[in-house]
Amino acid sequence: MFSSFMTNAWLSGTIVALLAGVVGFFVVLRGASFAAHAIPNGAFAGAAGAYLIGVSPLLGLVSFALLSALGIGMTSRRTRNDVATALSLVAMLALGAAFLSVSLIYEPTINALLFGEILGVSSSQLAPVLILGVVSVGVLAWFYRPLMFTSVAPELARARGVNATLVDVAFLVVVALATALTVPVVGALLTFSLMIGPPAAARILVARPGWAVAGSVGLSLVTVWVSIGASYAFNLPIGFFVGALGATLYLGARVVARRRVVRSAT
Amino acid sequence: MSARDLSHDSSQGLLEVRHVNVSVEGRDILRDVNFSIKHGEFTGLIGSNGAGKTTLFRVILGIQEHASGEVLLHGEPLTRANRSIGYVPQKVLFDPDLPIRARDLVALGSDGHRYGLRRRPRALHEAVDEMLDAVDAGAFADRRVGGLSGGEQQRVLIAHSLISRPELLLLDEPLANLDPGSVQEIIALLHRVSQRQRVAILLSAHEMNPLLPVMDRIVYVANGHVASGTTDEVVRPSVLSELYGHHVDVLRVHGRVLVVATALPVGPAPNDQHPEFVVE
Repeated sequence: MFSSFMTNAWLSGTIVALLAGVVGFFVVLRGASFAAHAIPNGAFAGAAGAYLIGVSPLLGLVSFALLSALGIGMTSRRTRNDVATALSLVAMLALGAAFLSVSLIYEPTINALLFGEILGVSSSQLAPVLILGVVSVGVLAWFYRPLMFTSVAPELARARGVNATLVDVAFLVVVALATALTVPVVGALLTFSLMIGPPAAARILVARPGWAVAGSVGLSLVTVWVSIGASYAFNLPIGFFVGALGATLYLGARVVARRRVVRSAT
Repeated sequence: MSARDLSHDSSQGLLEVRHVNVSVEGRDILRDVNFSIKHGEFTGLIGSNGAGKTTLFRVILGIQEHASGEVLLHGEPLTRANRSIGYVPQKVLFDPDLPIRARDLVALGSDGHRYGLRRRPRALHEAVDEMLDAVDAGAFADRRVGGLSGGEQQRVLIAHSLISRPELLLLDEPLANLDPGSVQEIIALLHRVSQRQRVAILLSAHEMNPLLPVMDRIVYVANGHVASGTTDEVVRPSVLSELYGHHVDVLRVHGRVLVVATALPVGPAPNDQHPEFVVE
């Protein structure tokens, strides 16, 4: 499973894990899990549309993920956030279904888009994936503190002069980019499990914000590496392993945290 | 009726609120509000729920929409989110799982608005410890904020707002939902901080009695109108009746002040009315 044609899988998987670890940390912190579920479905519709008109799937993924992210950002200012997110989710899913029915995509391709494919990123796409990944992490590093501040206590941040709207929009754009890169590997339906599972576990185990981000990245890397290996060995979709591992990590962290409380109480 | 500043002292204040009006969707929330706050003074912003106290804070912070009038700091118009003003909002909810310790929240008060990734200087860590000590929060500095009690969180929030060395600290109902013991502790702590760090305090509350021993001045809000001055100048039947728009009495019992409304019966015969007292 370390043969040359698997190199892409390990490389793209590692980039995706690093990015999802950081982005997911803030997704969980901001309570934006639902948006992290909706945006991949937008990306899925974009990929389907790209196949339909014969352009690069990555282009479709990025543009539609951005479209759903900004759509959620715009509408959630006028209506309740969960309603805006749900509407964006169903609209994108419907669009994706329509694209799929009129285009002639093989069923395995659809399956790969929904549930992931370790060879989902081709050699020609590796460079754009790497560039987009670096840009996303760079943007996150640049507004790390205002992002942390608005995630922890938005009202305090606003009173201190942080432009919370700018931070919101910039963050949604980064979520969209991270999603577009993650969907081809992990699949549209299970991308958000990679963004939620490892960070949710890390924040229970570690109390310091910086170390919790690092822990989230670490658990995300382990999740993706184990999932790639297991997917290769058992010939099951990688999304299955990512989802199962994410939930297991979270439950494990809860058990560890509870033991810690019991021990410190006695 | 226009709002009145009953203070006879005309020296220039730290903060001047002049002719502030806030009207949202045709409803007047604040009408011609005027008052001033002086350096290092403890001012109580007193009014019942919904009187417009939070709105007034938002005006001072420059984040309230549909506001007119002027807010001056050192005689200059306020720019948005001035570093000289610290703010502790009414309700801050922290998830118990939030990976933020008390000291992390205090540090964010110093550099949370800054872009770019930099290592925090040693001086910042020292300032954080100093602020935590100033509010007696050193013992739980390394615990997650979400796991702290209401009174403990209040202390951490005060440290968070003090670390930028503000000249004015705004606290929105910091005593609400605290047990009586914590109320006394927080008041004593704020009084101490205001004296030692020369920071003026504007604290809102719906109950003025716990604040009477420490309050230098009072800003009383009712019906969107404001009266300000010392407690003796403001908490009088004539002033408060004008503010409320109907007659109220001020009773002083065992060092406590009670503002009670006189319920006027509907219809004629004002001479043999039975006054009913309602404690506000």
